[in-house]
Amino acid sequence: MNDMRIMERSVETNDIKIAANKVQVFYGENHAIKDVDVQIEDKTVTAFIGPSGCGKSTFLRTLNRMNDTIDICRVEGDILLDGENIYDPKVDPVQLRAKVGMVFQKPNPFPKSIYDNVAYGPRIHGLFQTKADLDNIVEKSLRRAAIWDEVKDRLDGPGTGLSGGQQQRLCIARAVATEPEVLLMDEPCSALDPIATAQVEELIDELREKFAVVIVTHSMQQAARVSQKTAFFHLGNLVEFGETGQIFTNPSDPRTESYISGRIG
Amino acid sequence: MPVLWIFLFVAGLAVIGFVLGRARALRSADGDVRHLHSLPFYYGANAALKTFVPAAIVLAVWSVAQPMVLDRQVSTMIPQSVIDDGGSLGLIMSDVSRVAAGLDQAVAQGAMTAEEAATLRSEFTDVRARLGEIGVALGADVKPEVLAAAQALRIKQNTASWISTFVVVALAIAGFGWAVMQTNKDFRARTVVESGTKSLLILSACLAVLTTVGIILSLVFNTIEFFKLYSAKDFFFGTTWSPSFTGTSQLGILPLLWGTMYISIIALIVAVPIGLFAAVYLSEYAGPKTRAFAKPLIEILAGIPTIVYGLFALLTVGPLLVDIFGDGGALGVSWMKGGTAVMTAGLVMGVMLIPFVSSLSDDIINAVPQSLRDGSFGLGATKSETIRQVVLPAALPGIVGAILLAASRAIGETMIVVLGAGAAGKLDMNPFEAMTTVTAKIVSQLTGDGDFASPEALVAFALGMTLFVITLGLNFVALYIVRKYREQYD
Repeated sequence: MNDMRIMERSVETNDIKIAANKVQVFYGENHAIKDVDVQIEDKTVTAFIGPSGCGKSTFLRTLNRMNDTIDICRVEGDILLDGENIYDPKVDPVQLRAKVGMVFQKPNPFPKSIYDNVAYGPRIHGLFQTKADLDNIVEKSLRRAAIWDEVKDRLDGPGTGLSGGQQQRLCIARAVATEPEVLLMDEPCSALDPIATAQVEELIDELREKFAVVIVTHSMQQAARVSQKTAFFHLGNLVEFGETGQIFTNPSDPRTESYISGRIG
Repeated sequence: MPVLWIFLFVAGLAVIGFVLGRARALRSADGDVRHLHSLPFYYGANAALKTFVPAAIVLAVWSVAQPMVLDRQVSTMIPQSVIDDGGSLGLIMSDVSRVAAGLDQAVAQGAMTAEEAATLRSEFTDVRARLGEIGVALGADVKPEVLAAAQALRIKQNTASWISTFVVVALAIAGFGWAVMQTNKDFRARTVVESGTKSLLILSACLAVLTTVGIILSLVFNTIEFFKLYSAKDFFFGTTWSPSFTGTSQLGILPLLWGTMYISIIALIVAVPIGLFAAVYLSEYAGPKTRAFAKPLIEILAGIPTIVYGLFALLTVGPLLVDIFGDGGALGVSWMKGGTAVMTAGLVMGVMLIPFVSSLSDDIINAVPQSLRDGSFGLGATKSETIRQVVLPAALPGIVGAILLAASRAIGETMIVVLGAGAAGKLDMNPFEAMTTVTAKIVSQLTGDGDFASPEALVAFALGMTLFVITLGLNFVALYIVRKYREQYD
């Protein structure tokens, strides 16, 4: 729908934030991700697209080692965050996840107040000195997630009492409150209505000013609207990775073209 | 005719009704099932139900009501002088029914003719000796009035049993005939059977509810009886518990309630942390193999009969505690005089409650959605931070409910207390003293040769009622908390 915008989008080059080399992921015997190389740039929105079960969410979760919580999952290859291998035994996944935040498919606010939801990360990482500091962080994060005006009068109300779209923006506020460097989003709009989706997409575009954002999405329009770079996954392989405009208008791989035009997936 | 034979006759008739109803329905449709309104089975079931259910219900009610009604009729025959002599009407009436049963047995064994049994006179025959010969032991010589009443009872029993036989059989045959007559291919047998099934289910549910109501009513009436004999104020606010059957009892509930609370609190102090930590380990840290092995093992604790826990308290834990806290014990203090103490019972009861707390909490913790844990991990929280700040708060209402259920279980526990805590009702702060609880005293007031009309025996019902109100209240609060604060996850 926004094809014109894609064409006009300027191509900038930023520093490489995350570099993945020859990444393999196994679930027990199942080889879920095969030989994936991706460079994720700073201050850029990178979209992962592909049919269901192609491994895009799995790959996203390897970027902050969320797969560690699954016993049978095994990762091979290098993933470098600012040049440092995050699968190095010296790296503490807890610290890594503070730097690489995550927003999930389904809004999952904690059963606490709105304030406590946002303050959760700063509290466990000790990011503030005084109560006023914390108040500031909470307000700033809620403003950044474009939800401050809606919740400022009921910060003590339960986070679970918000609407779906508000809950998801609250989760985004919760994630940005820890000042991450990368924000991973796993289909953040799949549980939202079109209006809430539009709000979250607008938000993603603003977040790009500060973070590298990686977003997994099923909606190709969404990928085209919000991302600068797009990676197309198919059956565990990274088929094509490049400028969003180029992927959607002039894909080099026939599989990408088939998927984008709706023939596979 | 004995009840069993009537029952078998009715059941047999129902089976015949099933076969006949089914066959008749098929015949009315010329053997083509498609012309029937319902499947053939329903026509059979309709006939079987109509034959069996009303007859069986009447039979059951009659069997229960007959002895009560007859007893009441016969008891008017007993003169007041005999009642004064023999203690109470209840005792005389049980003599009467024993003599009547003995006469029945004598006739059945051929030791007496039916005519002889009906005309026997205690003035001319030693009834006790005659019945003793055939193995019916009587406590005292049979008084003429008792014998007369027993003979009257036999006559009435005989008549009543013939009437009941007639009524039940007639009802079964009537139902049978009605069902078979109405069976025809257009009869809506399925609808009738379905609504009949529904009524049977409703009846079962009502029986369960009525039983509960009956139990509560018997508690209430006996409690009222007790408060007629003993003042409610002394019962609820009395601080001394010293029943004596000489009539100078002091029946204050406070020492017993205190013992109950004290032991329950110690039990909960033991059970809640251990159970909760076990639940957290099982649900959050243990691998599937450990869990599959450890969870049933903990739940075995719940399957141990409480009397076994009581033995454990009496023989192992009590002496062990005396070795530590008693005279010349390991600590050099002499707080503990004997093995039976609040602490003994409390510790053992705590062990008993561990599986209640851990199993329920484990289920509740597992019900906290994984997405919340993922959210917390995704923000860089460690496992213990996640459990403390996200999982446990989310599971808290359920855990509180589990603890309250464990508490009501602790308050109602009897055997561990009887064996482990002693029998003295006392208001004391020392946990190494022997104390006792409401439940243990209910047992001791009702066992032995008690006169059920005295306040010392009736107090058991007042104690039971108090306990019932307390545990009911706890359960209500538990359910309320669980419902009110449960987060709705989908």
